[in-house]
Amino acid sequence: MTIKERYARQVLLPEIGTEGQLRLAKSRVLIVGAGGLGCPIALYLAAGGVGCIGLIDGDRVSVSNLHRQVLYEEKDVGNYKVECAAARLKSINQETDVQTYPFNITAENAQTIIADYDIVVDACDNYATRYLVSDECKRQGKPYVYGAIQEFCGQVTVFLGRQGDKTYRDLFPDEQKLSSLRQEYKGVVGMVPAVVGSVQAHEVMKLICGYGESLVGRLWTIDLLTMQSFVVEF
Amino acid sequence: MKVWLNNKEVETDSITVSQFLEELLLPRYGIAVALDNKLLPQGQWSETLLYEGMRLVVIKAACGG
Repeated sequence: MTIKERYARQVLLPEIGTEGQLRLAKSRVLIVGAGGLGCPIALYLAAGGVGCIGLIDGDRVSVSNLHRQVLYEEKDVGNYKVECAAARLKSINQETDVQTYPFNITAENAQTIIADYDIVVDACDNYATRYLVSDECKRQGKPYVYGAIQEFCGQVTVFLGRQGDKTYRDLFPDEQKLSSLRQEYKGVVGMVPAVVGSVQAHEVMKLICGYGESLVGRLWTIDLLTMQSFVVEF
Repeated sequence: MKVWLNNKEVETDSITVSQFLEELLLPRYGIAVALDNKLLPQGQWSETLLYEGMRLVVIKAACGG
């Protein structure tokens, strides 16, 4: 299968073209979390031709994941999410190299794992990990595509990680208070992470191919209950 | 006076952004506030005066994924 066949409709876009497609093939993207956000992010990046995708998540698939975590099937219940996701992604695009890390990202392993990738995408489910990943990306000068959801709302921004660039801390400086909040499992419908994860995946594609106006320095929010959306500069 | 909060008109007696957030019973942490679509740093909330027709956006931090 040639690039021209497989990605015909994508390379037709002058913003991407053959050059962009080749850049995608050479890129390495780490997705932190293989849950509601991680599933659409991984699906679209693999299908879109990203050369290497890293997936880090220590969770196993549970029945209550299946309504929104669309990479997984009933037969996957009980198995590591990253392993099930890798198998599914390979069946969608055998040219994508999928690296799996069946454990959580920590202060001890973040540096080594992130060092292997060009871009990090946030698909985790807690504040503490977001501060950790944001700090490490800044330290390594790597782009960090942030995304988060809460019930019917979602938000996305991009931190480039260069000197002088803003980080997650500039947006929400209250690390101690937020990180110490007890993790509550709130209700969610699958469409919310689908929308937010798709926007994150597209921000990754924009960064790699160098087109459009990135969400760098701008926070995009969406409330799917009211369809109200804002873009706030910071 | 009337100000706009997340595209809705709200009547308030508050003088500053900080007081307005208190009036709305919003927590002091875990929110971002934007004035005219630009982030207003937390340190400026208590010194930023409300004015008629001011456009504020309050965004709550989210941790789900």
